[in-house]
Amino acid sequence: MSGFAPGTRVRVRDAWPELEGPAHVRTPHYVRGRTGTVLRRLGAFRNPEDLAFARPAATIPLYHVAFEQAEIWPENAPGDEFLIEIYEHWLEAA
Amino acid sequence: MNLAELDSDRLLAAFRGLLIGKGVLNEEELSRSGAAMDAASPARGGQVVARAWVDAAYRARLLDNATSAIEELGIYLTGSPPLGVLENTEAVHNIIVCTLCSCYPRMLLGYPPLWYKSAGYRSRAVRDPRGLVREEWGTVIPPEKKVRVLDSTADYRWMVLPQRPRGTEGWSEERLAGLVRETDLIGVTVLPEVL
Amino acid sequence: MPPDTALPENALPENARGRSHHDMGGVTQFLCAPIDKEAHELTPFDRQVDALRQVLALHGLFSTDEMRRGIESLAPDVYDASSYYQRWLYSMVKVMLEKGVVTEAELAQALAA
Repeated sequence: MSGFAPGTRVRVRDAWPELEGPAHVRTPHYVRGRTGTVLRRLGAFRNPEDLAFARPAATIPLYHVAFEQAEIWPENAPGDEFLIEIYEHWLEAA
Repeated sequence: MNLAELDSDRLLAAFRGLLIGKGVLNEEELSRSGAAMDAASPARGGQVVARAWVDAAYRARLLDNATSAIEELGIYLTGSPPLGVLENTEAVHNIIVCTLCSCYPRMLLGYPPLWYKSAGYRSRAVRDPRGLVREEWGTVIPPEKKVRVLDSTADYRWMVLPQRPRGTEGWSEERLAGLVRETDLIGVTVLPEVL
Repeated sequence: MPPDTALPENALPENARGRSHHDMGGVTQFLCAPIDKEAHELTPFDRQVDALRQVLALHGLFSTDEMRRGIESLAPDVYDASSYYQRWLYSMVKVMLEKGVVTEAELAQALAA
């Protein structure tokens, strides 16, 4: 993982750890598998997926990623967007 | 033990008594944390917003690093998650939601209101945000303005910096602060023009 | 690359098989759920739960993510039927039992007292 600069197009992994046993995930279901644009890096934080189970947790960069609302729900207005905090291990270059 | 089948008042009393009895925590710590939460309120948010309206350099610092800018005003957020502020402009209107739970800038604004925690708000704020704020709060966002819904999912907490209403030119900071409501700071309402 | 868990074209995101109940953004079932906009004072129950959570966190016994995970583990019917602070309480008790901060025997005894 090498970091994403503002403006980079990124795809959110279409992964569902919830299907593999007890899990704690901060990536909402509706953006998984979707492509968005990195707005900025928000710093780095310990991985909540491990903190939730009091396991040792790596520090991971956190990004603000923007998504077109209408690409997710077509009834939303074109041009409107979502802005969501997503940890780097959920993102890949699109 | 199925906790949800128990009477929750009894469960709380038993659990709380046990923690105190075992020395895990004490009454004094509990009342101190309650008092700290009581000091936070939407009025504090209004104070921050009013300063940003009258002082452009402060506004820039607030948007860049809200936690330190708020601490400049003597409001200490020690031990709280970092706070971010998003600015409403002529081009963009921000609405904050937490679809996964109810993350809220409580260290500044106090306990989150019931509506913010409701399933109706959490689901609809991302699907039909314009309809939600129009039908529930009478807030009409002009079609030419972009609606940006911020889903507060991780380590930050977020607050909106509303647009200063027209008709308030020359007002004191204190008077401006008094205009700002909890709902303006989450973006479900906009401050009305002052006539 | 095809998605790992493909949904049919035009399917709503909420139909993803792995979606958890608490992950309710856009979920049709709740879109028309009434939103109570009245101001409500916290009850003594709410305030006590809130304070317990804060102090346990200060002592390093209960992180935000542990609390969220405990809430997310509630069965959907319990989640929906519980108030915000009831969910907090269930999560807090569950995690403290897991960690042995209190034991089930102690709790059962305290409940019987």
